[in-house]
Amino acid sequence: MDLPRYHRLTAPYYRLEGQRCAACDAVQFPPRTSCGACRGADLKPYRFSGRGTVYSFAEVSQPPRGFVGPYVVALVELEEGVRVTAQLTDISAEEVEIGLPVEMVTRRLQEKGPHGYLVYGYKFRPCLERSAARRAS
Amino acid sequence: MKDVFIIGAAQTPVGEHWGLGLRELGATAIRAALADAGLEAGTDRIDALFVGNMLGGAVNGQENLGALLADAAGLLPIEAWKVEAACASGGAAVRAAALAVASGAQDVAVAVGIEKMTDTVSDRLAAGLASASDGDFEASHGLSFTALSALLMRRYMHETGASREDFAPFAVNAHASAAKNANAMFREPISVEDFLRSPLVAAPIGILDAAPVCDGAAAVVLCSREALAAHHRPIRIAASAAATDTIGLAGRGDLLTLGAARSSAEKAFAASGFGPKDIHFFEAHDAFTIITALSLEACGFAPRGEALKRAAHGCFAVGGCVPLSTCGGLKGRGHPVGASGTYQIVEATAQLRGAAGANQVPGARVALTQSIGGHGSIAVTHVLEG
Repeated sequence: MDLPRYHRLTAPYYRLEGQRCAACDAVQFPPRTSCGACRGADLKPYRFSGRGTVYSFAEVSQPPRGFVGPYVVALVELEEGVRVTAQLTDISAEEVEIGLPVEMVTRRLQEKGPHGYLVYGYKFRPCLERSAARRAS
Repeated sequence: MKDVFIIGAAQTPVGEHWGLGLRELGATAIRAALADAGLEAGTDRIDALFVGNMLGGAVNGQENLGALLADAAGLLPIEAWKVEAACASGGAAVRAAALAVASGAQDVAVAVGIEKMTDTVSDRLAAGLASASDGDFEASHGLSFTALSALLMRRYMHETGASREDFAPFAVNAHASAAKNANAMFREPISVEDFLRSPLVAAPIGILDAAPVCDGAAAVVLCSREALAAHHRPIRIAASAAATDTIGLAGRGDLLTLGAARSSAEKAFAASGFGPKDIHFFEAHDAFTIITALSLEACGFAPRGEALKRAAHGCFAVGGCVPLSTCGGLKGRGHPVGASGTYQIVEATAQLRGAAGANQVPGARVALTQSIGGHGSIAVTHVLEG
């Protein structure tokens, strides 16, 4: 990913920042120029909690250029009701199931941009509380 | 709008054409389609060339395919440009040509779908294909095109209780038809056991769920009623329709309804006066078995979540209620991505002319074709009548 594009995306990438519509209160991710629900244009930044559940998932074994596989990708349904597409981390494909509670973490997305910098952004991992409870049991 | 007719149709074999580039493949298909229509480049009046292609820039480092192929096919100084709609580019090019003729602006227009995928290595090709998805919020997170299909398939299995084996009939049917098509990439039938043994490429998607990487070009010549001649065997474009949906999968209210596919099919049925029950065969966008299922449901051939059950009863096989992918489809004939939508129209034209040889659907008179790009973010649907 080239630097200008990365710079433009840091709010959603670093903070899972979307928008809340002032007119209808709907939240959305990623940010858009109008509300996806009512088409209103008065949108305020809204930071999602980062907690959700796995809605669907897949394992990538033949990654596109710039990525090193295998890794797990998922559609995550956030607790605010919005879905986001992301990689899962700290878990193998065999351990994932639909409905698994996950939380957002900031991780390295790409090893190196074309100019040598690292690209960071959101991934999702199993909720730590749940993982701790599993270990305890 | 004026009636539009297909008067010429041709294709190159689909495969790994190491010795042929974009210009050779494209010119071969265009000139063969013109010959099929009884026209000659440089002699007869041909108004425009529309080139359906997805990866020319990303994979071949070649844009401006309109000029490239007009020159290669000997059509200069014809009006020509590229139409890009991801994997639906081939269908979109036919629609662009059909609109040009239907509007009355042009009398004879050529559409060619072309893709040359083997000019690069696999990770660069994967990145090119992923550019059909949301670049900021899917591809930049490592989602391959196959992985996005796998997200659809996993959710479909979760909601319907389907197993991997339930998807097998689509692949088995496609290979059975491809085995009888001299232009197909795969000439070997496969069994359900072969399907289940195939390695997973992006679980739950196995390699036999997926269409192959390949090269090919297909072309059609369209004209107005006024331009028809006695020697033509015209096939009428009864409807041409296109629609869009969110670029990213995450933005869709119902992940398992392909809204663009449904909307374009509804528009095509309304414009043609035909409905799903009137369709004699369906050239579906079977790039992945899950897309076949979702396309069938979007077009009204099965209720939501029911396509696999109908497939299990043989509904979509040769001799079934709606024969599917009668010349092998994207899965068996091959999926040169930006060309596949044009291959569908070329094959449907052969069927409606009664010239599909060993794959002929007896008495076929009305065909449906659907070309889908970007996991349903764009779809182009045609109804053809012989």
